[in-house]
Order: sequence, then C-alpha cells, then structure tokens
Amino acid sequence: MDFGLSSDQVLFQSTLRRFLAEQCPTTRVRAIMETETAHDPALWQGLAELGVPALIVPSEYGGAGMELLDLALAAEELGYACTPGPFLGHALATICILEGGSPAQRERWLPAMATGAVVATVAWGEAGSQWDPQSWSTSYDGSSLSGQKLFVPFANVADLIVVGARRPDGSPGLFVVERSAAGLAIQRLAVVDMTRKVQHVRFDNTPAIPLDGSAALQRAMDAGCILIAADAFGGSRRCLEMAVSYAKTREQFGQVIGAFQAVKHQLANMACELEPAMSFWWYAAHAYDHIPDQAERHAAMAKAYLTDIYDRVTRDATELHGGIGFTWEFDLHLWFRRAIFDRGFLGDAHYHRERAAKLAGW
Amino acid sequence: MDLRFRPEYEAFREEVRTFLAQHWTAEDRASAPPVNPRGMSLGTSVRTDERATRFRLAAIERGYLYRHVPRRYGGSEQPFDPLKLAIIQEEFRKAEAPGELIGQGPSMLVPTLLEHGTEEQKQRFIRDTLLGKIQWCQGYSEPGAGSDLASLRTRAELDGDFFVVTGHKIWTSNADTADWMFALVRTDPDKPKHEGISYLLIDMKSPGITVRPLRQMTGEADFNEVFFDNVRVPVSNLVGQRGQGWIVSRSTLKHERNLIGSSLLSERVLEGVRFLAQALELRGRPAIQDPVLRARLVELETKVLANRYHGYRLLTMQARGEEAGLAGMVTKLYGSTLGYDVARLAMDLLSDRGLLAPGESEAPAMGMFITAYMWSIGILIAGGTANIQRNVIAERGLGLPRDPAVQRSQTSQR
Ligand SMILES: Cc1cc2nc3c(=O)[nH]c(=O)nc-3n(C[C@H](O)[C@H](O)[C@H](O)COP(=O)(O)OP(=O)(O)OC[C@H]3O[C@@H](n4cnc5c(N)ncnc54)[C@H](O)[C@@H]3O)c2cc1C
Repeated sequence: MDFGLSSDQVLFQSTLRRFLAEQCPTTRVRAIMETETAHDPALWQGLAELGVPALIVPSEYGGAGMELLDLALAAEELGYACTPGPFLGHALATICILEGGSPAQRERWLPAMATGAVVATVAWGEAGSQWDPQSWSTSYDGSSLSGQKLFVPFANVADLIVVGARRPDGSPGLFVVERSAAGLAIQRLAVVDMTRKVQHVRFDNTPAIPLDGSAALQRAMDAGCILIAADAFGGSRRCLEMAVSYAKTREQFGQVIGAFQAVKHQLANMACELEPAMSFWWYAAHAYDHIPDQAERHAAMAKAYLTDIYDRVTRDATELHGGIGFTWEFDLHLWFRRAIFDRGFLGDAHYHRERAAKLAGW
Repeated sequence: MDLRFRPEYEAFREEVRTFLAQHWTAEDRASAPPVNPRGMSLGTSVRTDERATRFRLAAIERGYLYRHVPRRYGGSEQPFDPLKLAIIQEEFRKAEAPGELIGQGPSMLVPTLLEHGTEEQKQRFIRDTLLGKIQWCQGYSEPGAGSDLASLRTRAELDGDFFVVTGHKIWTSNADTADWMFALVRTDPDKPKHEGISYLLIDMKSPGITVRPLRQMTGEADFNEVFFDNVRVPVSNLVGQRGQGWIVSRSTLKHERNLIGSSLLSERVLEGVRFLAQALELRGRPAIQDPVLRARLVELETKVLANRYHGYRLLTMQARGEEAGLAGMVTKLYGSTLGYDVARLAMDLLSDRGLLAPGESEAPAMGMFITAYMWSIGILIAGGTANIQRNVIAERGLGLPRDPAVQRSQTSQR
C-alpha cells in the first residue's frame, strides 16, 4: 500500500508550478481577466506544450494516458496560481467524449483536444436546475437542440460545446455542438470570478451529435467535483502561504503580527484543516480510477468539503491582511472570487452532501 | 498511489489469519472478563488476564507484537514495516485478539526507555510493561505547571545513593492503580528552568507517597493528585543524565500526541450515531430522513474519512523515510476537535434521551455517547491543550516567531 505521489507526479507538479510562476504571475492574471474573453492563447499553448490538456487522453489519441489524479494535480497548480482560461470546461468535455464517444467520435475530436488546438467546454447549467440533470429542460429532438443553458464557461472561445439535454425519451444525455452550428447564440454575462468567465448559450434547432451519455455524464460530473476540489485546495494553500508570509513581515505594536497568538492560532487552524483535506481529495481522485463503488460518493463529499474550506481560508487570509486585503489592488480577492465560483459551479455543498447521503442509502 | 497490498502482503495477511485461528479460539474470545463500561480513559488497556498474556507471548514469538522492541527486552525485533503493522492491527481487531497494550507504559515509557534508559532499566522494566504486569502513570503536571511544564517545582535532592523527592503532582491518570510512575522532578533548582529537571522512575509503593483520587466531570476518577513526602528513590532509577529530564521527556510527549490524535475513537462513535439515526424517530419519522441531520452526518463522515486517509499518508511517509513535519503536527488538534464534533452530533440526536447518565440501563448504548461527549473535552486538554498545539503548529510548522512573553521566560511549551 502506498498513499502518496510518485516521483513523476511530484516532478510534473513542480514543473507546472514553476511555469505558472514565470508565465502567469498575478499581474498577468489580472491582464488576462480584464480582457473580453479571459483567455490567453499563448498561455493555453504553453500549458498544452507541458501536456496539460493531453494528460488523461489515451495514448492512441495522442494523449499521455494518465489518471484523474494527475489531472487533479494540474488543477491544484492552476488553482494555486489562479490561472485564467478554459482548463476546467475543456477537461470535462474531454472526459465526456472519452467516456461517451464512439471510436469514430473519439478519433475525430480527442487528438485535437489533446494538443489544445481545439478548445472545448461543457454546457450543463440551467436556470433553476440546481445542476440536477433530471430537471434539465433543453431538449434534443433526434437531430437538433432547443433551449438555453446558463453558466457555460468560456463558451465564447470554445470550438466544441458538450451540452446536457433531454433525449426524446426524456432521459438526460450529452450532445456535441460545433461552434459553426446554426442557431447558436452566446450572450455575455458579468461574473464574479473573472478568471473563469461563464456565458449564457441559446440553442434554436441547433444541429448536434449525440454521445452515448448515460454513464459518461455521471463520470464527467464526478471528475468535475474532484477537479474543483483540487483547484480549491491549491487556492487555499496559496492564500495560507500569503497570510503566513504577511504575518512574518507586517509590524504593529513594535513586533511582527505573527508573534500575536490570535494571529498564530488563526493560521494554525487553517493549516490544520488543509492537511487532512489534501489526503481526502487525493483519495477521491484515486477512487475515481480504481475504487468504482466509492467514486461517486467521494467526489460529492470532496466538492462539498474542499469548497467549504476554500471559502473560510480565503476569508481568514483576507482578514489577516487588514485594510490592504480589502483593496482591489491587492491580489487576495482573485482567490476569494474563485472560491465563490468553485462553491457554486456544479452544485453547492448542500446539494452534494444530500447526494452523498442518498448514495449511502439513507 | 497504490492502495492495494502487494501479493507478499496478502500472503502475510493469510499467515496472520492462520495464526489467529490457531491461537485465539472462539472460547478464548468468549472468556473475556467483563468490559469496563468506562472504556474511554486514556489509560485504557484491554485484557491482561492469563489467557491474554499467554496469547501475547505466542504472538511476540511469531514476530507480530512490539516489533520495534529488541528480543532481549521482550519484543519481537522485526524490520520496520508500517504495512505489516497495519495488517496485524486490522486482523487482530477483527479477531478481537489481544494486541499491543496501549497507554502510558507501553506507548510512552517504553519508547523513552529504549532511547534513553540504561541497560539495567531496559532489562528490568520493558518486558513486564509490554505484558501489562507493570502499570505506569505519568507524573508531569503540577498545580503550578501545566502548559508551562518546565516551571515544575517537585524537588529531588541527592542523599548518597538516593534522591529524596518532595512535592505535589496533579491530574495523574491511573495513579491509584499504577505500580510505578515516570516523573519529572527538579534536581538543580539553581540552574535555568529547563536544565534543572530530571526524569525519575518512582515505585508507587515507596513510603511517603499519598494518592488522592480526583473526580472528573464524567463522575469517574481516573486521575489523581499525588503527594511526595521525602520519598527515597535510588539513583539507579534516573533515566538519562541528571538535568537532562526535559530532553528525555520530549520523546514521551511525541508518542502521547500520536496516541491521542488517532482516528479510531471518532470512527467508532460516528458509526454509533449513524446506527442511532436509523433507529430513532425525530418528529414522527426516522431521524436519518431529517435534512439537517443528514448534512451534518455527511460532513462529519467526510472529516472522519479525511482523518483516516491522513493516517495513510503519514504511514506512507514513514515507510518512505520522509519527515512528517507539519502533517504530523496537526494530528492531535484535528483528531480531538473532530472527536468533539462527532460526540456533539450524538448528543443533539439523543436530545432528551441524553439526560440519562451512563450506567442507567435505559440510557442509549449504556451512556457511551455522553461519556464520549465529556471525554472529548478531556482529550482536548490532555497531552497539551488545543491552544498549545496551535502554538506548536504555528511556530514549528509555519515558522512564525515565538510569543515574546514566552520567549522571555525561556519556556518550551508542553
Ligand atoms: C483527562 C486528562 C488526563 C490527564 N492525565 C495526565 C497524566 O496522566 N499525567 C500528567 O502529568 N498530566 C495529565 N493531565 C494534565 C494535562 O497534561 C494538563 O491538564 C494540560 O497540559 C494543561 O495544563 P493545565 O491543566 O495546568 O492548564 P493550564 O496550563 O493552566 O492552561 C489553562 C488554559 O490556558 C491556556 N494556555 C496556557 N498557556 C497558554 C499559552 N502559552 N498559549 C495559549 N494558551 C495557553 C490553555 O490552552 C488552557 O486552555 C491530564 C489532563 C486531562 C484533562
């Protein structure tokens, strides 16, 4: 039994961290998030060269054939650096096609998604649906889609959108829509997390290609929960580091504030939460590939648990910076906003805890 | 990451199972002496009757128990292998077989003696302690020295081949039943706080010792006050050098915290809560259907599992020879906070049924939940309080500066 990262994983993670520290410091994050798309093709290309979008794509489609844990380690680093861009939606769309595509469909899309040449995203949200596929109203009539999806990340830069909609028999399914498709309208939305813009997408008899979505949808949702948990962990760790280093330098009453016990204890509590939480999402990611009967429940618990922590840690870290922490100039609100996205996207903590309770048979 | 046990480990598991089937029969299991309903105290040591001792000796012979202790002192001297250790613990628990004893003697004193004891001390004490023939208590805290342990005042003056001990210890768990005490005493009052302390082994039958039970909020009396009035202790019972007691005690304290932070107790209590929630009604329907309760149950189950996986991570670090660092420092705080949260959920669920005291036959689960609830406070305090753990995490784990006031008094916290 071995519950730890391999040396390859550690190396990959530190390479990615170094790359992001150089290519995407917070000055760059800000510049990118202020643009209309919040997508920087050069940065995306750099990530692609490091193999990020190819991680979980099987080698026969030009990918690295790794596991969800590897992808989640990448998500952790992107969260740590608060990197803007389409990673999350792209990864989920990749998993949809991987899990639900026919060999021909995989052959058609995956190689270009692995290199990052084609950017993809998922459209699963709907107003009032609470992320529950059972309450989707967008529908597929056998050849085309009609309806509206909300909270679609980076719809405006995506070449492919994997849409969740009702099949003719009423059950939820997955459908691929290409950017050039007729009857596709994308509406810009003002968003809290500017590093991950979401849009409103309308389908009006829009031609779409069905995937065999029954199992794929749940798999992709589980993966989404785990990737968000990892992002939340990376962000939390960064905020804790910032707060610790600030506490070591800021002086008040003739000493650094980190010598005050109230400050120390707040930081210690944050560290105490984070250590076991990391073990938890590692386990959840591992279960996704190796312990099928625990995968869905662990994914739900990981999402709820880690996003709760992210919320608290970003608040505490901001508070520990005093007035400067509350300014736009200071970086902490970038993570604070991202924590709001992580909590809301794919369903809130209550929703996932209730799901975990049901899955336990309660 | 690989959570499977490789074939050689599965073979080892089979071996352990076969051994258990042969040496710990259904009859042995059934012969258990009545369970102590308290069962929660820190000194808990399970089954030390004759059958249990006979079984333990066979298990030591086989290499299953006390693997880190040399054979000549009564251990089984096996190469370090945390995975085998985990398998042994798992299989012994399943078979309800007597495993390694835990508590002050085996878990805290033995490692300390192995590190700092003389050959004679090791020969004399370790074997009997591991078999439960010698019971120990830990004489550290004093009325004026708790978190600031190094300010302790119990004196030990040299008189020929003896130290003469006078003073007062407090909160000493199991002092009333213990045969021996390992104690911190002040041998050099003129030296700076930390340098004048020595580590002594004291026979609790020595003339001049008075033990007075202290009743705890739970109603039980596991801890005590201990008074020393010119108690004569042979110089040969000094562990480590005179004046080095503070350093010797560090090794004891580390083991104490790992003992307290383990996830087992919370897992057991949470299992009980889940069972209860399925069995009890709340406002006319099974309690488990209450949405607030469900959310809290899942939240706590997540944390209990996180604590378990955190244990896997520490085990892996150990196996790889890596330093646990910050990950190791948080265990006591996380585990004891969680213990409280889980027990509080149980109390909320019991509602008015929680009014019944342990021992009352109508009390759900014989009062196990209320006992766990009260003990969760004791555990928060014992072995260094939660706030002291926060200091340790912040200062040693995150590198924040020492508290200036503490620094002035040159005190290391407990
Ligand atoms: C169930 C139980 C069993 C025990 N068994 C034993 C035993 O067998 N042997 C033994 O020697 N002792 C034992 N103890 C004693 C235990 O180790 C002490 O109670 C503990 O170390 C705290 O010391 P104190 O009680 O003097 O509290 P104090 O040190 O007086 O602390 C009181 C409060 O002040 C806080 N505080 C103190 N200093 C600081 C600081 N620097 N920063 C922040 N907060 C601070 C503490 O956190 C605490 O909340 C036991 C205690 C309990 C509850």
